[in-house]
Amino acid sequence: MSKISMTVNGKSVSGEVEGRTLLVEFLREDLKLTGTHVGCDTSQCGACTVHVDGKQVKSCTMFAAEADGAEVKTIEGEANADGSLSVVQQAFQDYHGLQCGFCTPGMVMAATALLGKNPKPTELEIREHLEGNICRCTGYHNIVKAIMAASGQDVPAVAAE
Amino acid sequence: MHNFEFVKPSTVEEAVAALQSDEAQPMSGGQTLLPTMKQRLAAPEKLVSLTGIASMQGVSAVGGVLTIGGATTHATVATEAAAHYPGLAGLAAHIGDPAVRNRGTIGGSLANNDPAACYPSAALGSGATIVTNAREIAADDYFQGMFTTALEEGEIVTGVRFPIPQASNYQKFEQPASRFALTGVFVAKYADGVRVAVTGASEEGVFRWTEAEAALSANFSPDAIEGLSVSADGMIGDLHGTPAYRAHLIKVLTKRAVAAAS
Ligand SMILES: Cc1cc2nc3c(=O)[nH]c(=O)nc-3n(C[C@H](O)[C@H](O)[C@H](O)COP(=O)(O)OP(=O)(O)OC[C@H]3O[C@@H](n4cnc5c(N)ncnc54)[C@H](O)[C@@H]3O)c2cc1C
Ligand code: FES
Ligand code: FES
Repeated sequence: MSKISMTVNGKSVSGEVEGRTLLVEFLREDLKLTGTHVGCDTSQCGACTVHVDGKQVKSCTMFAAEADGAEVKTIEGEANADGSLSVVQQAFQDYHGLQCGFCTPGMVMAATALLGKNPKPTELEIREHLEGNICRCTGYHNIVKAIMAASGQDVPAVAAE
Repeated sequence: MHNFEFVKPSTVEEAVAALQSDEAQPMSGGQTLLPTMKQRLAAPEKLVSLTGIASMQGVSAVGGVLTIGGATTHATVATEAAAHYPGLAGLAAHIGDPAVRNRGTIGGSLANNDPAACYPSAALGSGATIVTNAREIAADDYFQGMFTTALEEGEIVTGVRFPIPQASNYQKFEQPASRFALTGVFVAKYADGVRVAVTGASEEGVFRWTEAEAALSANFSPDAIEGLSVSADGMIGDLHGTPAYRAHLIKVLTKRAVAAAS
């Protein structure tokens, strides 16, 4: 076991981990931040997406020890300080960007990473950015609409409707 | 996953020393190795992270050569190589998905030499030099078949040097589930000739399509390879595509790459 420390959603945390402890295990099991989901555990689905030093990563495909000293943000850090939903979260609600909600934490973290770099993405850029986030429910259109809306753009009538 | 000791050295020398022990293995982005360890197909006793080594990070262009540190992520190459070598930056920008690109590295990709990986085609198609802690290896000597390279046990890819071509392009026919290349072709045009490297197709891993290179060196246009064809012998066949399908794709993608080369 070795000791690691990091900042998670603005708070300093530390813990004892094994080499093999995944970042998602540390977040969910040690810190009890269960908003980050494990959909596949095989690096495919993106449900476990969090930000490490501002970049989106799959927390099931990173060892906790690699995040020692890093700044981590999870879905629990996404809401506004007063507890109200962030613009992206609110847009997911308004545009029905979720059904079962399992993929949603990862989708929201992927969306905020995109908007951080590219505040007005095109529909195609949004779809490309979500390449590594799988949703079994929505068919993606409403997720794309939510992200368009969150970026302050007109919401397109998307294809295949 | 079996447990292991995790070490994160800050210099190449320390990493090489840490890798001397039996059952030690380097890890860069972990985007290949970590899933492999979950499956227990790899079970190192000591994992040596290369992500804390400053000298293995970054992209620089000097005198027509683009040098990329071995632990540089795909995302960094996609942005920082764009002005110097757009064909290579474009390849990096379409590896996997954004999260994979934020962790996965060029050194890890070249060390792994997955037969469907993207970077091996760029390295071979550019006649790049693979730089390790011990020596420099020409790409033509480096790739030695599926998942096999010239690297010795404990040898680390510290960087890669790419001669910058006049024009280049990578065309990837994506396997939609894995997002790897079902077949991919990298074309690079240099003053002394054209190189064409193919990934995802051959059971021998990445290879050069030399007939196309000769034809395109004489006439750099898609029509130049119209009369050529690739044999299906030795091509990969799986549920995603037959050997004949992959052989056909090579020609189609080569033409597209030539048409798109900039
Ligand atoms: C969902 C998903 C999609 C992907 N899609 C693509 C794709 O479209 N195209 C593509 O090319 N790849 C793809 N990949 C693979 C990805 O690019 C990997 O990041 C890459 O192949 C390995 O790089 P890494 O830094 O993660 O290496 P690691 O996983 O850390 O290591 C891989 C191997 O290389 C060794 N190694 C690592 N670094 C070095 C070094 N510097 N010197 C010597 N040995 C080293 C390790 O010991 C290990 O054996 C995908 C991966 C995932 C999870
Ligand atoms: S749980 Fe991490 S990618 Fe699916
Ligand atoms: S809302 Fe159910 S998986 Fe996306």
